[in-house]
Amino acid sequence: MALWQPDPTFYPSARMAMAAPPERHGFVALLNVESPQRPDALAVVDLDPDSAGYATIVGQLDMPNAGDELHHFGWNACSSALCPYAPHPHIERRYLIVPGLRSSRIHIIDTKPDPRAPKIVKVIEAEELARRTGYSRPHTLHCGPEGIYVSALGAPDGEGPGGIFMMDHESFEVLGRWEMDRGPQYLAYDLWWHLAQETLITSEWGTPNMIENGVVPELLLAGKYGHKIHFWDIRRRRHVQEVDLGAEYQMALELRPAHDPTKTHGFLGVVVSLKDLSASIWVWHREAGAWAVRKIIDIPAEPADPAMLPPLLKGFGAVPPLVTDIDLSLDDRFLYVSCWGTGEIRQYDVSDPFAPKLVSTVRLGGIVARTPHPASPEPLNGGPQMVEISRDGKRVYFTNSLYRAWDEQFYPDGVRSWMVKLDIGPDGGMTPDPKFLLKFDDRFRGHQVRLEGGDASSDSYCYA
Amino acid sequence: MMGGAWPWLILAALGAFHGLNPAMGWLFATALGLQRGRRGAVFAALVPIALGHACAIGLALAVVAVLRLAIDPAWLGRAAAVLLIGFGLFRLVRGYRHRVRVGMAADFSDLVLWSFLMATAHGAGLMMAPVLLALPQTGAYRVPPGGDPALHAHAHLLAGGGLGASLALGLLAVAVHTAAMLAVAGLIAWTVFDWIGLAVLRRGWVNLDLLWSLALILAGAGFLAADLAGL
Repeated sequence: MALWQPDPTFYPSARMAMAAPPERHGFVALLNVESPQRPDALAVVDLDPDSAGYATIVGQLDMPNAGDELHHFGWNACSSALCPYAPHPHIERRYLIVPGLRSSRIHIIDTKPDPRAPKIVKVIEAEELARRTGYSRPHTLHCGPEGIYVSALGAPDGEGPGGIFMMDHESFEVLGRWEMDRGPQYLAYDLWWHLAQETLITSEWGTPNMIENGVVPELLLAGKYGHKIHFWDIRRRRHVQEVDLGAEYQMALELRPAHDPTKTHGFLGVVVSLKDLSASIWVWHREAGAWAVRKIIDIPAEPADPAMLPPLLKGFGAVPPLVTDIDLSLDDRFLYVSCWGTGEIRQYDVSDPFAPKLVSTVRLGGIVARTPHPASPEPLNGGPQMVEISRDGKRVYFTNSLYRAWDEQFYPDGVRSWMVKLDIGPDGGMTPDPKFLLKFDDRFRGHQVRLEGGDASSDSYCYA
Repeated sequence: MMGGAWPWLILAALGAFHGLNPAMGWLFATALGLQRGRRGAVFAALVPIALGHACAIGLALAVVAVLRLAIDPAWLGRAAAVLLIGFGLFRLVRGYRHRVRVGMAADFSDLVLWSFLMATAHGAGLMMAPVLLALPQTGAYRVPPGGDPALHAHAHLLAGGGLGASLALGLLAVAVHTAAMLAVAGLIAWTVFDWIGLAVLRRGWVNLDLLWSLALILAGAGFLAADLAGL
């Protein structure tokens, strides 16, 4: 039903969204590791510090089938509905679009009227997705002004190309393949955009066959995982430019464009360098009428006793940082970087995107370090992974699992999953909230976190 | 039927109503001004937006004028009224479904096209049909309303300079409507750009699309009611 006034969670600009009230609930994708017959779930976590249930799961919705591998998810509508060229702000931010990365099944989940009791209202099966788009393994999604854009890792047979398909934001029908001309693009992973420049950006991981049984060392050492990013003309749906970081930089994953539409830069996280196992952060920007990238941060691997390392890493005698997620605060000032391997989250001031300053770091978990949380002396495994920032920039949440098959390779003892919150100082500085260490039931692993009302990677803004 | 100044006032009032709707262009103009950091960009964008709107209204008027040659205006009015009601209901049920291939990097011709498509898709031209029908007949030789349609066509052909006068009247109607639309859109775009700021959108942007659909239905129903009452 259409609203009389715009949805109150829509903000014309990221700056205005920073004045939003604090989130009360978080939604967390839960991967079931108990048995192949048990389904994944969506958990609702109480984020209100004044509530008796703070930092606990207050609602849980099981999926109708087993084996989905819930991963990333997002909203049916967001602040982009206020964009002037396709305005429709009287739609509600209400439904979560929750794909199964392994099953290719897409769940539409209603979070109203009670966010603690979400309900499934529609399920799109893999066959329908394949029939309408030729794609499979839906991954990242963003609510655009004209509909929902979803990236997919590949084709139903597990090969490429991966790409983007669109869904209607009211009927949730899969509308079809997005690209009119994909140029040289073959691998897919993340997608986001600069709406004001009519530019869409995609990154690269691997085809389903390259990832679903774990990282393949031969492919990795041969530099076969993704190392390029692609720039597209949104309006004409055409590939415009490919930028290659070089095959040494394996897995160019997360894309975080500046939220301010008058800016034309953004950040890219690269998981690992083949040269020295370091991870890196790159910035893309305009230069001489085209897009260019520049490496701005190198995070070195940390030497370690091979006895402490999983088989995959023993030969290297070092722990790679494995930057698997990054997130940018709504004021485009702080970039949070998850180092899943070393067990560290870093906060950089990127006010000058070409001269980032490391402001603060917090260590938790890690392949070797197993750093405990201040609230409990028990060692933690896994490491900071999917990271989400509140709209006001004062709180950061993250979970510690990556992707089932990869979890087992880097943490062979089995990731025991947790969710943590950090309090952020006005000029940066991260402090773990001693009251917030949520340990998931051993049957589940937490992945992406979405905050009720929106967060720092859920919305796009057309106004500065 | 209505006569005198009324159709002109309604034309202008509908223009103001269209100008008020952010989806008809003032918001796009403000956004482009903010994106480019210049007040001039706000006004520069309003020109093609008004032009596109005028084209949509002009097209509706041309369709009415052509149909009027072949169909008895009384029946044409009734058909337009039924169409208005149907379109209003359709919009209520269908919700938002525009895939306008224009974005924030729009140039002059993109804005003309965008505005034309938005006005047409919203039924801005259709909303005008009953008013356009109520505009005075032109030409020296007139057939009483309800007369043989063939005579109407004949009358237009016979009336020396009738076509030219008709065209002038039509252009005047488009100009009156568009001027009112542009005045309101321009005033809002400028006020929001320079003084109020976009935060007003969060509460102030009431669902004009809903009002709009109701306006379409009411316009159609009103016309039919007046017609039945023999006004």
